[in-house]
Amino acid sequence: MKKTLTISMAAALLATTAMAQDKTVTIASWGGSYQEAQSKALFVPASAATGITVKEETYGGMSDVKLQVSSGAVTLDIVASGSGSAARAGAEGLLEPLDYSIIDVSTFYPTLKSEFCVGGDVFSTVYAWNTDTYGDAGPQSWADFWDVEKFPGKRAYRNKVAGALEPAIMADGVAMEDVYTVLDSEEGIERALNKIRELKPNIDVFWSSGAQQAQLMKDGEVDMTTGWNGRFDNAAKDGAKVKYSFNQALLDYDCFAIPKGAPNKDTAMAFLAEISKAEYQDDLPKYITYGPTNKAAYETGEISAETAAMLPSSPENAALQVPISLEWYAKWETIADEMYQEMLTE
Amino acid sequence: MNTLATNAPGLRRDEGMERLALFGLASPALLLVMVILVIPVGWLFYLSFIGADGQFSLENYARMVERKSYSRIFVTTFQVSLLTTGLCIAIGYPLAYFMSQLPTKIANLCLITVLLPFWTSLLVRTYAWLVLLQKQGLVNSWAISLGLWDEPIKIVHNMTGTLIGMVHIMLPFLILPVYGAMRAIDRDYLKAASNLGASPSRAFWTVFFPLSTPGLFAGALMVFVLCLGFFVTPAVLGGGKVILVSMKIVSNIELFVNWGAASAMGVVLLVLTVAILWIASRFLRLEQMTGGGH
Repeated sequence: MKKTLTISMAAALLATTAMAQDKTVTIASWGGSYQEAQSKALFVPASAATGITVKEETYGGMSDVKLQVSSGAVTLDIVASGSGSAARAGAEGLLEPLDYSIIDVSTFYPTLKSEFCVGGDVFSTVYAWNTDTYGDAGPQSWADFWDVEKFPGKRAYRNKVAGALEPAIMADGVAMEDVYTVLDSEEGIERALNKIRELKPNIDVFWSSGAQQAQLMKDGEVDMTTGWNGRFDNAAKDGAKVKYSFNQALLDYDCFAIPKGAPNKDTAMAFLAEISKAEYQDDLPKYITYGPTNKAAYETGEISAETAAMLPSSPENAALQVPISLEWYAKWETIADEMYQEMLTE
Repeated sequence: MNTLATNAPGLRRDEGMERLALFGLASPALLLVMVILVIPVGWLFYLSFIGADGQFSLENYARMVERKSYSRIFVTTFQVSLLTTGLCIAIGYPLAYFMSQLPTKIANLCLITVLLPFWTSLLVRTYAWLVLLQKQGLVNSWAISLGLWDEPIKIVHNMTGTLIGMVHIMLPFLILPVYGAMRAIDRDYLKAASNLGASPSRAFWTVFFPLSTPGLFAGALMVFVLCLGFFVTPAVLGGGKVILVSMKIVSNIELFVNWGAASAMGVVLLVLTVAILWIASRFLRLEQMTGGGH
């Protein structure tokens, strides 16, 4: 009995390996409308063009990759990740370095790729406001977000450090280009945290997810919040009285990485090369208001001028923003988040 | 005498066989407990002593001492659990008492209404409270239109909202054992008390209440222990400002991408919970002795 079980399991394992040789990649992403957009714009068409079979999964982030790599049982070939966590996972040796002689990034924005992760879409961390409370004009800078006399009302802010210190340090008077220089020390981080402490009595909610940002604005629970631009566009589509601005926003991106020891590493590399092409990236904004990482996607004519104006990575909008520094996140995120959690429990 | 002696080995053998059969019957359950409880908990202990570099280390515990947030989080967790338990007793005990005085048929109907929330998903109930309690929610808008208060008051995304949600979810866990204990109390004791000249309130406090305490204690303990590990409700209704141990465990996994950092918190919570259960079990036995010893 036990023997038969072992044999059939071995056969099953062999069968999957055999299938894998027939050019299959397993991709894990975040699920929901985000993965649906990725699937429609990138995975399905690229699979049809290359003949590579795509198996889609959802996962819980780099902690899952860590578990797979450390136990030596890697099943995922490609994972979609936030740029910051990919940088940290890369530094920890959990990811394969990407081969940019195969993946053509010559027309990419230079900051939207890294040794271990190639950009898939661009989003912004913005401030959004309730148009019933402040009208269409609303706050124009992070200093305004902090100004509770000029803009009285309740705020919501992130419950994690990612994208939370940069606004605070800008509100404290640091210029956009100096943000990461100032934050490059524990004193700088403490300075940003003190700025958040100053606003804390007016922060009603520390949000934990994109869905929550949208809900808070839809329900009028807070008058202003930080959050991801695509969520507010969707909320506005649903009738929420919400507007946001790209001014001083944080330009960030999601990317694709290959876990260390991925079973179909070479196929995965070829597939990443395919979905990084402009002809796929230009379809993504049809399904979600996140922009392409490949500049050439704006030139194919698929993205209309109106759509482009709404995307974080359009040249006009990108110029208003601070690009996220992955080096900073790789170096400081763990320390800064511990300090941030301290601040939250005070 | 003689027959007994000759039967003895046979009896012993039968006894042995029976014990073996019993063990055989219990072995699937024992195996299950082993696989789903003992091994994972042991693994949890082991992981908590593994540092970020994969070597044996006490850093996960050292961090909990160095960083002030950990002690604050444990204090908040116990605070929320105690308050929830207290409120559940304050609301649940009188309700159970009322139900125990009703005729069985009507009491059963009441019991169904107590149990009804159990059949709805925890997540749904929690979000329902969010909808009810928020600034433009039903509670605030009705109270304002009735003139009870003028401005929306803050009853969610803070400790108040967390407690409202948790008490609602925990209440059945208290009511059921208390009601069970009350139903089991012989009415004749109360009659005897009044026969001896006790006023109704005297009869309640000296006779009925002590007899109901085992149920009360069991219920309160269950509520308290469940609260210690509660995640969903405080995460949704606390607005990110009421941070409990379970939430910190999740954020530690995301933050350190390292099981040790989360395991250590799990171990500390487990040890504290076991300690509380141990102390309570001694207390409970005392209670039963005083309750049943007269």
